[in-house]
This record gives sequence, structure tokens and C-alpha cells, in this order.
Amino acid sequence: MRIINSFFYSFGQGIKNIFRNKLFSLATLATIGSCVFLFGLFYSVVLNFQYIVREAQQSVAVTVFFEEGIADGRIAEIGEDIKKRGEVSRVEFVSAEEAWETFRAENLGEYADSFGDDNPLEGDDNYEIYLNDVSMQDELVSYLEAQQGVRQVRKSAIVANMLSSVNSLVGYVAMGIIGILFLVSIFLISNTVAAGIAVRREEIGIMKLIGATDFVVRAPFVFEGIFLGFLGAAVPLVVVYFIYSRITAYVIEHFSLLNSLLKFLPVNEIFYTLLPVALIMGVGIGFLGSFMSVHRYLKV
Amino acid sequence: MKKGRIQSEPRALISLEEVSMNYSRDGSPALDRISLEVEAGEFVFIVGDSGSGKSTLIKLLLHELRPTGGTIIVNNVNVGKLRHSKLPKYRRNIGVVFQDFRLLKDRNVYENVAFAQRVISVPSRKIRKNVPSVLSLVGLAEKYKQNPRHLSGGEQQRVALARAIINDPPILLADEPTGNLDPKNSWEIMKLLEEINEDGTTVVVVTHNREIVNAMQKRVITMKKGVIVSDQARGGYIDEDY
Repeated sequence: MRIINSFFYSFGQGIKNIFRNKLFSLATLATIGSCVFLFGLFYSVVLNFQYIVREAQQSVAVTVFFEEGIADGRIAEIGEDIKKRGEVSRVEFVSAEEAWETFRAENLGEYADSFGDDNPLEGDDNYEIYLNDVSMQDELVSYLEAQQGVRQVRKSAIVANMLSSVNSLVGYVAMGIIGILFLVSIFLISNTVAAGIAVRREEIGIMKLIGATDFVVRAPFVFEGIFLGFLGAAVPLVVVYFIYSRITAYVIEHFSLLNSLLKFLPVNEIFYTLLPVALIMGVGIGFLGSFMSVHRYLKV
Repeated sequence: MKKGRIQSEPRALISLEEVSMNYSRDGSPALDRISLEVEAGEFVFIVGDSGSGKSTLIKLLLHELRPTGGTIIVNNVNVGKLRHSKLPKYRRNIGVVFQDFRLLKDRNVYENVAFAQRVISVPSRKIRKNVPSVLSLVGLAEKYKQNPRHLSGGEQQRVALARAIINDPPILLADEPTGNLDPKNSWEIMKLLEEINEDGTTVVVVTHNREIVNAMQKRVITMKKGVIVSDQARGGYIDEDY
């Protein structure tokens, strides 16, 4: 019973602390809110960029050709093995006849008839393999080249490498910026809680003399940090939600040319991950910042 | 309150044996091998000049300081060997009031007194019952909604007293409780302390107030430069040039 009472007392005091220390709390909320707001925008941009890159990656195919006279059974067996690989999203078998038909239709036009029934691509049965992750292309190519019955493997190295590099770069930049925002926010929460401890030093002294446990003395400050972190994350998330919805709707409506190049993720899909990530981040920042201050400035 | 706490055979509730306290290695000690015993239910004045070691003694009893020598036993607890985790429980057995009242200015009288129970997780329904009762005892039942800033010094000290006794501690330490009060309020506080003592609480009062000490005829321990120079069963204030 005492534990439950202590918990609720500390919880209530944590909330009251926010109002007792209004100016610091507001300043902290504003700055953490700005950080999480920037994080939210940045996260949305990164997620959209990765979505566009992923779409582009999936159009990059590796083509594998077979040795002459290879049995149909062996081709089918290789196809099954390819499908089982994790980096492969889709495999399409293109027969020599289909390849020739496509080539004729796309490149020869009225001159196609001069070839009669000949098929210059005879023996060019192949698989077109589409990847989930272009950075795995070299590994897949090495695997394919080692397969018995494979004559040639064609890959689009430049596009694959570029997309892979851009994706990695965006990932690193995102991690860097998020890391900086994270540290700044921890520093801010930590300062707010330290200021709160300084303001309430007399109260803390009385609590200790009366016989309050370490938990009861410290917990309100940790709860205060967690609340500030949570609020600091929740408010900007609402703002990001509306801004993202409005901007994407505006771009789709007014810049129809861009629609063929850019595909925006729906806001719900963004928030499916952004919401828990940002809230956990806010609460985590609040907990870490306040915990650091409590242990540094509050010797009980 | 707790009538009948005094046992038929008094035992030492507070016992100090050869206790020393040095704030620095090369300076003179704040307390120099002092020994004393206070029985359960006693009312004791500790008097002496500034720097005589009275406040150091209170801090040692509250375990705000650790003695550099000797043994302190309070309520059967060896204070010098007290583990940090046991400190809250130990302090719940000691009520304390100070010269400057140390009330929370952002809370009213009721909340200041309830605070002492809230921080030790007493259930709310008990707090609602205990606070009015203890405020009645100190004569402030009517003023429970007031902010301490709007009370006189004497009333503020009564709030502090109510906060100190609400958890029913067997020991009450008062460090210069009348230091900021006029004679009338000083006497009211001393009468309250006497009533609390009559209810069974052991009361230790550190004071400079010669008139009160001489009039009350209680046990008086006089300290000078960190040593006990006099311990009178029903004594008075000893002259400074002792």
C-alpha cells in the first residue's frame, strides 16, 4: 500500500512541479518541442526519400542468361533457388521468344518483318531478378555466376551503386541530426530539472529530515522530466501531422508534373512509425535528462 | 496524542558516549568527547554560547553529520553505523523544529502539516483525520487554509511544531525554537513543547533564552567550546563566564 501511495504521491508531485516551475517548464517544452518538430519533419522527408529510392531500386534488375543446351529442369531449379534469397523481391522468367517479341516491338518497328521467323535471341532464355536492397547486388551476382549452367549475368552497377550510396548517405545524415537533437534535448531537460532541484532545495531538505525515502525525494523530478519529454514530443507531433497532410495534398493538387516523379507516403504510414519513435524518444530524453540531474545534484 | 508512553523504568532514549566531531583535521573540535544520556520522556534544555557545539549536537542526532569519534545510540539505533537505506526510518522517529520555521511558502497551513505524512506515504484518509487533530492541538484549526506568509512568527512556529509531531515521533528536537519570536509567542511555544512532553514525547530544546530556561526548571545541559560544562537536573541558565 505504501509503495502505491509513494508512487501516486511522486506522480502527482511531478505534475505539480511542472506548474510550480512554469517558466523553466515552458522554455523546456518550447525547445524540446522544436527539436521533436524538426525531427518529425526530417523523419518524414527521410522516410519519403527512402520510399522513392526503394521504388527506384526495385526497378533495377539483374539479368541471368544460361548456357546453350541447358535442361529446362535446371533453369527452373536455378529460378527456385533465386526466389529463396532474402535480397530478391521478384523473379521473372523471360523466354527467348518473349525477349525477341519485346525487342521487335520496342526497337525494330516496320523493319521487324525482314527477320521472318528467325529469332536472333535464340537461346537467350533468362531471368530478370528484382532486388529489395540494391546494395546486395554484388553478392547476388557472385552467387549467380557460381551456379552451374549460368552463362552470363548482367547488372546495372552504376545505378545500383548510386542508389545504394545515396541511401546510406541519407541514413548517416539522419542519424547524425537525430543524435544532435537527442543530446540537445537531454541537456535541456537536465537543466530544467537541475533548476527545479535548486529552487526546491529547502523542500528537499525538509523531506529528508522528515524521513522521506530516496525514491520519494527523487521520483517527482524524474516524473517531471518524463512528462516534459512526453508533452514536448506529443504537441509537435500533432503539428507535424497537419503540416505533412496539408503540404502533400497541396503538392499533389498544384504540381501535377511532380506526381510522376515523386510519390508521397500517406501520413498514416509515416505516423505508424514516427508516433511511437517520437514518443519513446521524448519519454526517453525526459527520463535520461532528469535521471542525470537527480543523480548529479540531488544527494539524498 | 500518545498518553502513557513513559515507561515505569526510564531507559536512555538518547545516549552519547565520548562523542567527538571535527570539521577539519587541524581545527579545534566542535564537540570534544562528550557523553550524556537522555531518558525517555525527559525535557532537556541544551544551552551555551554560539560555537559551543549545540547545533552540531542536533545535526549528529539527526544524522546530518557523522561523528568523528564515539558512539551515539538513539532509540536503540547506533547512529554512527546507520546505513543510508535505514536513514528515512530512523528520522521518522525524530520530530524537528528550527528557529527559521522552514515552512513551504507555496502551500497553506494544512498542506505544510500534511506534507510530513504525504512524504512517508501515509494514506490520504488518515492524513485527513490527523491534520485537523494536530492543528487543533497547536491552536491553528481555524487557520488551516492560510498561507504561512500571512501568519505571525509564533503561528508559523506552531505550524512547524504541528508538522514535527504529526508522525508521533518519540523524540522532538527544537533548535532555537523561540529565536525569532517575541516573549509572548516564545512562552506559548514553550507551553506547547511542555504539553507535548507531558504526552510522552522526549523533548530536547537548544536555546539562548535565559528567562525561559530559568523559569521552566527542567534539566539543563550547558555546553562551552564543544564540551559539557554543566548538567543540572532542575537547573537554570549558567552565566557565560562560567
